[in-house]
Amino acid sequence: MSAAQPERIVIVGASLAGLRGAEALRREGFTGSLTIVGDEPHEPYDRPPLSKVALTGWVPPERTGLPWLADLGEVDWRLGVAATALDRRAREVVLADGTRLPYDRVLLTTGVRNRPWPHAGQAALAGVQGIRTREDSRAIGDLLDAGPTRVLVVGAGFTGSEVASVCGQRGLAVTVVERAENPLVGPLGGVVGEVAAGLQRAAGVDLRCNVTVEALEGSGGRFRAASLSDGTTVEADVAVIALGALRNTEWLAGSGLATGPLGVSCDPGGRAYAVNGMAVDDVFAAGDVARFPHALYEYEFLALEHWENAVVGAQVAAHNMICDSPDRRAHVSVPVFWSVQFGTNIKSVGVPALASQILVTQGSAKESRFAAAYLDGDRVVAAVTFNHGRYLEYYRHLIEQACPAPVPVGVAEGNAPEDARFPDPGAPYEFPTVVVSGRSPTAMEARRVPHERTSGER
Amino acid sequence: MKLVVDLSVCQGYAQCAFLAPDAFRISGEEALLYDPQPDERLKERVLQAAAACPVQAISVDREQR
Repeated sequence: MSAAQPERIVIVGASLAGLRGAEALRREGFTGSLTIVGDEPHEPYDRPPLSKVALTGWVPPERTGLPWLADLGEVDWRLGVAATALDRRAREVVLADGTRLPYDRVLLTTGVRNRPWPHAGQAALAGVQGIRTREDSRAIGDLLDAGPTRVLVVGAGFTGSEVASVCGQRGLAVTVVERAENPLVGPLGGVVGEVAAGLQRAAGVDLRCNVTVEALEGSGGRFRAASLSDGTTVEADVAVIALGALRNTEWLAGSGLATGPLGVSCDPGGRAYAVNGMAVDDVFAAGDVARFPHALYEYEFLALEHWENAVVGAQVAAHNMICDSPDRRAHVSVPVFWSVQFGTNIKSVGVPALASQILVTQGSAKESRFAAAYLDGDRVVAAVTFNHGRYLEYYRHLIEQACPAPVPVGVAEGNAPEDARFPDPGAPYEFPTVVVSGRSPTAMEARRVPHERTSGER
Repeated sequence: MKLVVDLSVCQGYAQCAFLAPDAFRISGEEALLYDPQPDERLKERVLQAAAACPVQAISVDREQR
């Protein structure tokens, strides 16, 4: 680390990225004062289990605390209190209780929150529940323990699909309502979405696609039924709202940083951009809340709601916060995520949403056991596996090398690239866990790179 | 004790599920489910499982190592 090290570092956000950032600071020799702010009253805990194993009854949601992988030394934990402002001129983080925490460097890891059900009165009905926190998972677990006659899941992204999977496993009747043509089309496209739909239906899920929930109805303050846009009604006792996430950036309004609904803009090393398009030296961002230009994707800005991105992004940012300028490094790892649903291990590398075509390379989509490469014109940009996880590493290497399509594997006879069928990124129903948002640090819109390029462009 | 498995690295070798079946389970063909805070009585087995993981995907508390 640098000889002239900062004396005070504040980390705002006490989840995975905040913890891994703190560990990296200490591991790399930062001995100054370290403060970690979290709006939840808990030490950092892991969220992926909350929609999976924590709902099965095996592991309670209170037992997903994250291990500390380094000696954190002295830490001033400020838990249960949110940050409300960043005063960059005074170099202070302002908390909801009025406390002002001075910093020399600050790391923003405030993550995302649930997109709420749009009608507050309906959302307040007993039995209507989102899932993001430990308490949310406990609430859904208790609702499932009470033996509902039917569970309604609104939104068939990863989280909604995982909850539906656990309901099926527990022998509960479950209806899933999805606005798109199939589950998972935002992150994985329509071809893979069709496979995901097959998994749900084979498990007995009553899957309704191309339809929306218009109203949640209750009696006596309890959720009883949902009316759908096709005129039908689903009677259920529990409604799990899984409509994707919103980035926690509102508290940074007025900070002069380039932030908005698509995240905190930062450079590949995690340094935040100011609204004038210049990177600042004392504010860094990492994890779900950060949007950064990725070298592998022609410096498109990506915001990644992925576990691995929180770990690596925070480690890179922490390193850059305390090292000399020639030693700074960029966050260039290939995005990766996983999901477990309906007995199937789904994994992906790269950014599928940047592709126009998909090619099933190994196994059989019909049997829901396969690997597929996502192609953008002349190169492989991503891959997905269903119960073929061991092959993922191979595809990661192809993506890192910007491998030209067709991929150099023996593709089963008859398999040819086909339209991956991604919905319009501006469409209101898409809840992707990867948001691609152009190349400007300050002007942001959800968009996709056009895949038809002029020949001279590469 | 607390542990976490980096499931982006895990390849479903299932060594952990053989060595510490009370803390690690395979769901379906290759998906791993685990108890992030297993009982202290399982500590030795969990540490063996972490050491035996061919891709070193299992991390445990610093003070437990």
